[in-house]
Amino acid sequence: MATLLQSMKRLWPIRRTQETTDSRKPAERLRQVASPVDIAPDDPIVAYFLSAPGAVEVEKLHLESPALQALRASGVKLAIPLVSQGELVGLLNLGPRLSEQDYSPDDRGLLNTLATQAAPAVRVAQLVQEQQAEARRRERMEQEMRIARIIQQTLLPQELPQLDCWQLAAYYQPARAVGGDFYDFLAFEDGRLGLVIGDVTDKGVPAALVMATTRSMLRTAAQRGDSPGEVLERANNLLFPDIPPKMFVTCLYAILDPTTGRLQYANAGHDLPYLAHAGAASELRATGMPLGLMPDMHYEEKEVRMVAGDTLLLYSDGLVEAHNPEREMFSFPRLMSLVGQYGASGALIEYLLNELRSFTGIGWEQEDDVTLVTLQHTGDGRMSEQPDAGSDLEEGWRVLETWSIPSAPGNERDAMRHVEAVVRELGLSERRIERLKTAVAEATMNAMEHGNRYQADQPVEVTVLASAHQVAVRIRDAGGGTPVPAETQAPNLEAKLAEEQTPRGWGLFLIRNLVDEMRVMSDDHQHSVELFMSREEEDDAS
Amino acid sequence: MPARVLEARVRHKRPRVAVIDLRGEINNGLAETTLNEAYAEAEREHPDCILLNFAEVDYINSTGIALIVTLLARARKSHIRLYSCGLSEHYVEIFNITRLADFMSVFPDEATALADLDIATGEK
Repeated sequence: MATLLQSMKRLWPIRRTQETTDSRKPAERLRQVASPVDIAPDDPIVAYFLSAPGAVEVEKLHLESPALQALRASGVKLAIPLVSQGELVGLLNLGPRLSEQDYSPDDRGLLNTLATQAAPAVRVAQLVQEQQAEARRRERMEQEMRIARIIQQTLLPQELPQLDCWQLAAYYQPARAVGGDFYDFLAFEDGRLGLVIGDVTDKGVPAALVMATTRSMLRTAAQRGDSPGEVLERANNLLFPDIPPKMFVTCLYAILDPTTGRLQYANAGHDLPYLAHAGAASELRATGMPLGLMPDMHYEEKEVRMVAGDTLLLYSDGLVEAHNPEREMFSFPRLMSLVGQYGASGALIEYLLNELRSFTGIGWEQEDDVTLVTLQHTGDGRMSEQPDAGSDLEEGWRVLETWSIPSAPGNERDAMRHVEAVVRELGLSERRIERLKTAVAEATMNAMEHGNRYQADQPVEVTVLASAHQVAVRIRDAGGGTPVPAETQAPNLEAKLAEEQTPRGWGLFLIRNLVDEMRVMSDDHQHSVELFMSREEEDDAS
Repeated sequence: MPARVLEARVRHKRPRVAVIDLRGEINNGLAETTLNEAYAEAEREHPDCILLNFAEVDYINSTGIALIVTLLARARKSHIRLYSCGLSEHYVEIFNITRLADFMSVFPDEATALADLDIATGEK
């Protein structure tokens, strides 16, 4: 109704005279400019006009109506309601005739006809105006979201730190209405590494600005390399005076000593990290209030020692609070169970995203930012830690060949045949070569399709490496931040045959079953899959 | 190297058995059309069993596996037994890994498959 009345105000040719005691003739008074008449939604005159058959003589109305008084004060003699589809969309208002005679039946008939024809046109004009206003509002919102996204993505780490025996991976996917997720890595001179993950309440530009501020304050607070609890305490006191009302920041801060595996951490109300160890996951608990709520807070400090094979998962609530079509939440127990089962696989992020996709189904509108950071203790300094193929690798590994293939359907067969030619000199059995070929073909297809989206100018880089006991093939694409869909569990063939599941989804399953080990690494720029196969023959009968 | 487009030939070998000879690569949408058309032709004579002969197939990727799963689902729906023969050792292994071999009998060659059918139906 408010919109209607706004429109009516714009359209009504009513002009209220400045002086109600004006002694000039009506015709002269009409030429004066005055403010529009306002009609409250509950004014009884609205119902009267809706039921009026045509032109209404204002002077003859007897209603307790502020609008009626305003019309009279404006000198309106005759009002003709403009009604379209049962809605009062405006009024035709006339002052006294220039001749000062009453309006004749012919005049009224003409005005009624005019009103009947004008009402739909007025309604259309109002709708167009409303749509234009809505489009402008949406454009403003989109612009704000673009700004928020730029702020956030600019401040997220552009590269992952490289640590011997450790593998870091990160994933960040903003929701349409960008939230305030962030993560950060702080490298200290003594070799330790700080890990931060946080979430600002609210969305859009306000959240992005608070995120930027918090990130700066944490970096400032952490500069001296103090313990996580001290850093959060200092950041809280820095943030508290400036944070907007009703906003706060949850944040977990951990410091890893890569040489000992010691991980100290403190938590300002953030979702509890999970540590995958020996096939089970545990929560890393430490208490503390979110940043920015109250000054002088104390943050409990804990520590844990990570050993080879352990994986730490830091995440934001966008994952656990995602809903499926039945409005069930992904939930913490589900996440904990998945981390326990697959935490040490080296591709936890891909696995969790695949589970999330399966859970939410097709067409899911992401409700909140999804941020995942994993830290895995690989323990053995494997070649997957090496940044570039062809550079000096970990002792014992040598590059046999590196080449690129354009991303085009069918080119995986070239990769397959080229790898076959390169590894044949290593003395692998035919069976092992065939297994490796199929795994390479599948990984290359994934890289071309999901990583490079079949853009011919985005080649897939293939590197074959060998050590005394193993052969490895690294397949690298430009799909940083967009992991290959993972289907690490055995596809359910019964469900596929019953047509309850898509018949597809075999790629990664085949790879995992054909090679001894598959490792997946992702950063903001590229995505790599490494396939390992033993050169030994003893288990060939398996 | 150009892809070898899948070709299929249907033979109605004996009453109620159809053989689909496949040649080329089972790896994409073109193969899907070929497979579907061949299967439809094989099905036309209302066979009890359709034998997929992979002897001249040299590449099956995960998309191809999905196409075979689709055929198998279709066959099970219409109570037609789907057999396979002529797979290389590697693809027999793939059929075992994917458990396709649990749902469609795998024979080394056409003669063995048909012999098995004879035993099953009591023919000689």
